Amino acid sequence: MTVIFDGIASGMLLFLISVGLSVTLGLMNFVNLAHGAFAMLGGYVCVTLLNRAGVPFLATLPIAALATALVGVVLERTLYRRLYAASHLDQVLFSIGLVFMSIAGAHYFFGAQQQPMVLPEFLQGQINLPGLDIGVYRLFLIVLSLAIAYGLNRLVRGTRFGAQLRASVDNPRAARGVGINVERIFTLTFALGTALAGLGGALGVEMLGLDPSFPVKYIVYFLIVVAVGGSGNIMGSLVASLILGVVDVAGKYYVPQIGAFVIYAVMVVMLIFRPQGLFGRRAAR
Amino acid sequence: MQAALTLDLAPIARADRWRPAELAFWLIPVAAYFIFPDNLVLLTQIAITALFCLSLDLILGYAGIVSLGHAAFFGLGAYAAGLLAAHGYGDPLFGLVAAAIVTAVLGYVTSFLVLRGADLTRLMVTLGVAMMLYEVANKLTSITGGVDGLQGMEVLPVLGQFEFDLYGKTAYWYAIAVLFVLFCVARKLVHSPFGLSLKGIRLNVGRMPAIGAPVNARLSAVYTIGAAYAGIAGALLAQTTQFVALDVLSFNRSAELLLILVLGGSGSLYGALLGTIVFMSAHHLLSDLNPQYWQFWLGALLVVIVLFARDGVMGGLRRLGAALGRNK
Repeated sequence: MTVIFDGIASGMLLFLISVGLSVTLGLMNFVNLAHGAFAMLGGYVCVTLLNRAGVPFLATLPIAALATALVGVVLERTLYRRLYAASHLDQVLFSIGLVFMSIAGAHYFFGAQQQPMVLPEFLQGQINLPGLDIGVYRLFLIVLSLAIAYGLNRLVRGTRFGAQLRASVDNPRAARGVGINVERIFTLTFALGTALAGLGGALGVEMLGLDPSFPVKYIVYFLIVVAVGGSGNIMGSLVASLILGVVDVAGKYYVPQIGAFVIYAVMVVMLIFRPQGLFGRRAAR
Repeated sequence: MQAALTLDLAPIARADRWRPAELAFWLIPVAAYFIFPDNLVLLTQIAITALFCLSLDLILGYAGIVSLGHAAFFGLGAYAAGLLAAHGYGDPLFGLVAAAIVTAVLGYVTSFLVLRGADLTRLMVTLGVAMMLYEVANKLTSITGGVDGLQGMEVLPVLGQFEFDLYGKTAYWYAIAVLFVLFCVARKLVHSPFGLSLKGIRLNVGRMPAIGAPVNARLSAVYTIGAAYAGIAGALLAQTTQFVALDVLSFNRSAELLLILVLGGSGSLYGALLGTIVFMSAHHLLSDLNPQYWQFWLGALLVVIVLFARDGVMGGLRRLGAALGRNK
């Protein structure tokens, strides 16, 4: 039971970070491999505020999200927007370039070592039930992720902004024709995606660790979530993250010999049978 | 109707002929041997990477199949040759052929997975295949040595004549010779009707079946060939360094290779070679100064290329040539 619970918690964390990617990749159709770099930025903002400025942990989370979103918006306005119409290969190369730069930057400012992180008292410790040990922080992650999943789903499916976003993605020309400011929608969406990445990165420091190689180490996981869940599909990402988290933790726990092999195998098999993802719809572009 | 039958194929046939500039290019490795006799190890690395880059160029530049996991074939080839040499079959050419066969088989099998999806799915599937191989090599420590690398290789002299020496002279000429032979084969290939049909598929995949080209069969054939090339490059690396590190299968290697190809200009064989030369030289010179700065500038360079100079060094040369042509 504890294994399943830990798997769910790590899946939720994956979801938090990769749902941002699902937004940029799926809704905006931009292959942003630099997503992990934004998550790393959020992590560093959180750690720096916590350790050097003494800001309480809960307050660092929104700051991390906002700071990352700000950087995201600046990059979107200057660089990303030029590549919306480019091929996927160009987008991949461009974002790999950003990843390299971010890794070098993190090395320069923070050094190669893991960043220490001390959680506040009330998030430490465990709740012991018969047959199940629940880490308080993990429980906190699960609740927060579910809230965000619900909120995002409402945002995309149920609000005016969501409708405008879906229209802009499906047919930018027609959307422009009916008076939607497509550029602004895309900038806002990109900001949302990077803010989620920053938040996920800040929350993930405790479980995933934080060092300059973060963007490369975990980008594969984020991509798997999006690819398996069907890009642009928030509930799909949630389910995919949960499957991935549970399979990954259970795999490492029960059969450590094969390690991460399982998740790659699951992904490849998945993609062969459903190239558009578990819950995906065919790309409209 | 008559006009179509007497279509002038002369320009296509002419493209197959060797130009003087190309012959001059192949004097570079000879010259480099005498100019930089102390850097033969680096030069050998350049030759091997150039071959590896050539293999990606065949599948990406000509056929348009994107791959984020080309290191899978490189690594498999390296381990195949390495394991053969470590178990007493140390003849280098035999190792190359064996590596080529093994990787071609993997390439053929995985080509069907790769061909199923569009760009994004292909990126993910190639990446997934490479990561699976990485994990396998990582965990099978009894066979591959895991993170410690594969040791104990005994490579016999090339053709029974030329022993691998301490200064890397034999290794250098061996790598250059293999690169040259395979380059000629690739050159023949891309100018053949087969190569032209690949270009057609990349440019307009909907039209090709209409003129009778079996798209999937062609793509899977070129993917197999590209895989074999990468395997040979990996085998060369294993034989010349007498060591196989786990890093041959890593994601970084695949990503870096893409970068090199784009730097040189994909879709042109010399672009692959030039990109490798520029990249490896820059890496050698700059990373001595500071490894972290190197990575930063590498990233910046990539961003600039994508935004402003999509066709790389070859494109730049072509524009330069066109500008010079106008001035005359």
